[in-house]
Amino acid sequence: MAKIIIPTPLRKFTSNQAAVAVQSGTVIESIRDLTLQFPDLDKHLFNEDQQLRGFVRVFIGEDDIEDLQGHDTPVQQGDTISIIPAIAGGI
Amino acid sequence: MSAEIKFSSEELARYSRHIILPDFNIEGQKKLKKGKVLVVGTGGLGAPLLLYLAAAGVGTIGMVDFDVVDDSNLQRQVLFTRDDIGQPKVLAAKKRLEALNPYIKFIAHQTSLTSDNAMDIIKDYDVIADGTDNFPTRYLVNDACVLLGKVNVYASIYRFEGQATVFNYTDKLGITGPNYRDLFPTPPPPGLVPSCAEGGVLGVLPGILGSIQASEVIKVISGVGETLNGRLFLFDAATFETRTLKIKRRKDNPLNGENPTQKGLIDYQQFCGFEKPSDQSEKFPVKTINVKQLHNLISQKANIQIVDVREAYEYEIANIHGELMPKSEVTAHVQKIAKDKQVIVHCRSGKRSADVIELLQEKYGFENLYNLEGGILAWAKEIDHSMATY
Repeated sequence: MAKIIIPTPLRKFTSNQAAVAVQSGTVIESIRDLTLQFPDLDKHLFNEDQQLRGFVRVFIGEDDIEDLQGHDTPVQQGDTISIIPAIAGGI
Repeated sequence: MSAEIKFSSEELARYSRHIILPDFNIEGQKKLKKGKVLVVGTGGLGAPLLLYLAAAGVGTIGMVDFDVVDDSNLQRQVLFTRDDIGQPKVLAAKKRLEALNPYIKFIAHQTSLTSDNAMDIIKDYDVIADGTDNFPTRYLVNDACVLLGKVNVYASIYRFEGQATVFNYTDKLGITGPNYRDLFPTPPPPGLVPSCAEGGVLGVLPGILGSIQASEVIKVISGVGETLNGRLFLFDAATFETRTLKIKRRKDNPLNGENPTQKGLIDYQQFCGFEKPSDQSEKFPVKTINVKQLHNLISQKANIQIVDVREAYEYEIANIHGELMPKSEVTAHVQKIAKDKQVIVHCRSGKRSADVIELLQEKYGFENLYNLEGGILAWAKEIDHSMATY
């Protein structure tokens, strides 16, 4: 299993869970496991072409999956996946 | 380069803890005095930023904000006191900061930053610190910084969570790091990520993130230490989880990727989806009603329905006895919304309710919905002065 850390703006779709345990394998498999558990998340993470949306980045450990092997990046047992959305608050 | 910078004996006494700081010393202090920093937004992030930059002795500090100080600001905007309520923020801030440090220069830009004025305002500064509260201005600040070759020290906050980094920083080898469009090529659709005004924010959180921003600004100017260039710092105050992730430039960045397509500033409201394409708004225009008209209808006991699309905790703060159907659940309550009489839909400021009306018109064919202009805030201002605002 691996762990996905859910950012605050998306926690309303995960019953307020801040972290969710998912299958390891590849990063897309792990995220699909997450969206299987919480189907409402799907449209916020992926566009119609099943690509990650432009305001969401996915990291394994401290590395952006775009700088690794994208959706096919292997996820090891115990890895932490971070979903990072844009937030804009400041005042 | 900073040989011409001189300090009075009062300044040397004031900055002595910097001057005795190894690696920083008098050279770092001279660079600060020569530095010109623009702080965009004098709110939660801007308050600690401005206080620390002024205290540290940054020579020229500009600040941009169109807004006035409000009661609800004082929970986190530690620059201001009750005496400042109703005053323009940049003027109240300037007065406070001049009292803190009379040896440096402050420039107040009492305006919104827009595509028309951003280049002109930003060009005179070395470093920009972005403490704004919305996506259009975030992209505007970023693009202007990239086009003008300025460093953009960035932080943003939401509820208990904060992000910080340094964008568009050119290191000693001449290599420029990532900018906002490398991290987030496109903004989220309006409404997915509420603002602090809608979603709330822990008051001390902008204090923490704004202080990190101040520290990064000082490092960029003085050249001391290693900045957050190429690294995104994340902080969750609720769990005290901190992460520092690596971020890189993207080939498809429209400003400075392999094939740049954007040579100037654009319409950022449109880019962030705040203006609907004209065919859609013509097809489903949102009808409106103002608070005086609604007040008259209520006084006349007219046969109307009032729907409140805010959250339950907002309803507790203040309400006008509408039926509570939070925006995210409204489709589940659609049967309860009348089709045979005038239905007034409202939220805090009129934005969420307009979104709800568009959705109900488009998906369920409603033709009897009216958006309350200015929401419950307008009601509190014009009809019921005793009503709490937030």
